[in-house]
Amino acid sequence: MKQVYLDYAATTPQSPEATKAMRPYFEKHYGNASSLHQFGQRAREAVEASRQNIAKFLNCSMAEVFFTGSATEADNLAILGVIKSSKLHIITTAIEHPAVLEPIKRLEKLGEIEVTYLPVSRDGLVKVEDIEKAIRPNTVLVSIMYANNEIGVIQPIVEIGKVIKATDQKIIFHTDAVQAANYLDCDVQKLGVDLLTLSGHKIYGPKGVGALYVKKGVALEPMMFGGHQEQGLRPSTENVAAIAGLGAAIATISNRKSQIANIKKLRDKLLDGILKNIPKTSLNGSADNRLPNNVNISFSGVEGESILMALDQKGVCVSTGSACASGSLQPSHVLMALGLSHQQAHGSIRFSLGKYTTKEEIDYVLKVLPDIIKRLRAISPIK
Amino acid sequence: MIPYSKKVLQHFNKPHNYGKMKMPDAVGEVGNLICGDIMRLYIKVGKNAKKQEIIKDIKFETYGCLSAIASSSMLTDLVKGKTIEQAINFDRQEIVQELGGLPPIKIHCSVLAGDALLEAIYNYLSKNKKPIPEKLTKRHQQLQKEKETINKNHC
Repeated sequence: MKQVYLDYAATTPQSPEATKAMRPYFEKHYGNASSLHQFGQRAREAVEASRQNIAKFLNCSMAEVFFTGSATEADNLAILGVIKSSKLHIITTAIEHPAVLEPIKRLEKLGEIEVTYLPVSRDGLVKVEDIEKAIRPNTVLVSIMYANNEIGVIQPIVEIGKVIKATDQKIIFHTDAVQAANYLDCDVQKLGVDLLTLSGHKIYGPKGVGALYVKKGVALEPMMFGGHQEQGLRPSTENVAAIAGLGAAIATISNRKSQIANIKKLRDKLLDGILKNIPKTSLNGSADNRLPNNVNISFSGVEGESILMALDQKGVCVSTGSACASGSLQPSHVLMALGLSHQQAHGSIRFSLGKYTTKEEIDYVLKVLPDIIKRLRAISPIK
Repeated sequence: MIPYSKKVLQHFNKPHNYGKMKMPDAVGEVGNLICGDIMRLYIKVGKNAKKQEIIKDIKFETYGCLSAIASSSMLTDLVKGKTIEQAINFDRQEIVQELGGLPPIKIHCSVLAGDALLEAIYNYLSKNKKPIPEKLTKRHQQLQKEKETINKNHC
């Protein structure tokens, strides 16, 4: 059966470059990067070469790049590492990834912090003036994602950073750039952020590795203890192969303008094709301030998981914001924050494209999807 | 993703007895949009050779996930031709068994299907001013109460 993978926002296939970069560190250069002998040195060289690639990508110094075991860990470290005493205030948004929302909610539940969850517009955008209004004397951290994982909406990080710093220089500004890294400028000097999260497996690198940019002068408390690695901020023997893979992945996304244009062309073809050929469909989130690989559509009268499973049987792999698929029975918090009805949120499908997506694949989806929706609508009591 | 049995996929891909019924004798509807599933069951009542009332015809309309659609379809197969009394005592676990199992989180889809059947029968009996078994009245009242109290934190 034909297989069409349109779930790049969940994870990307690993690029041959990343795999090649990793291979020697499993069998040949298996040393511990902290060992002083030659095996250790080979491993250390790989770790630092990767760090250099990331520093170049972010336009920061190598000492400001910290490897973690995942982007979730990097997000947790950015939040838990900043909160060193109680009665502090954090500002975030209603549409953050759970890797940001959950550690914040935990601190809130423990009574350690106060939190402002900024709303978003119907388009999924945060209002910059809302941030200014939300800042309090005890605000220590603002965490706002660069691009959303479900709807691909891009937040005005540069403007937000300016407003924060103009109000209070001491407030730390964190952004989760996991979904943005493939497509947007991640120059931290231009962005004006103090902390930035990256993931390996969303950029054609390996799973199980992430990185956190920590601006010089920003003091974070570690979450784990037991070693001197990563300047003591993230003790653990370095996962050398994964770190090498992440470094190689970063290097391959640095030169990518034509690739992005091609992905955007295919995305627009898919989006236009769905909206034109299938009645009662609507795009969720801004059409303009949006990652070039993301389509998030609500299909009226049908539930998302049934669409997903019907597509899966035709070989097409996508995601849904419906509750039924999540295991929690709650629909996507992101779609609900846009002000969508429960029906719209339950009837949503995310298609996310990537560099290996082809025109034939998009044509195939546009061929099989209308019949699936028609069939499910015939079964549905909602007309 | 959750593994589904062949039978579940068959009923999802080609459901039996779906669509709106013209002039049904009764309708039962359960579920709600907040939780993401709605089942509507239509029945026509007839009589068998022993003059007992039976479910002569049954159709469903379901908004929901794969398991909800498959459960609805299987239910209609299982109760078509049954007497009203048999249908009231129908064991909804039969749906899960006949489907070759459902993932734990999807068991509620079969519960929903069973409730849709009870609601349709309740609707038929009350419309025709026939005696309603206490068990059926109780479940009906419970479902009505759930409808009133449902909110986004309660699915």
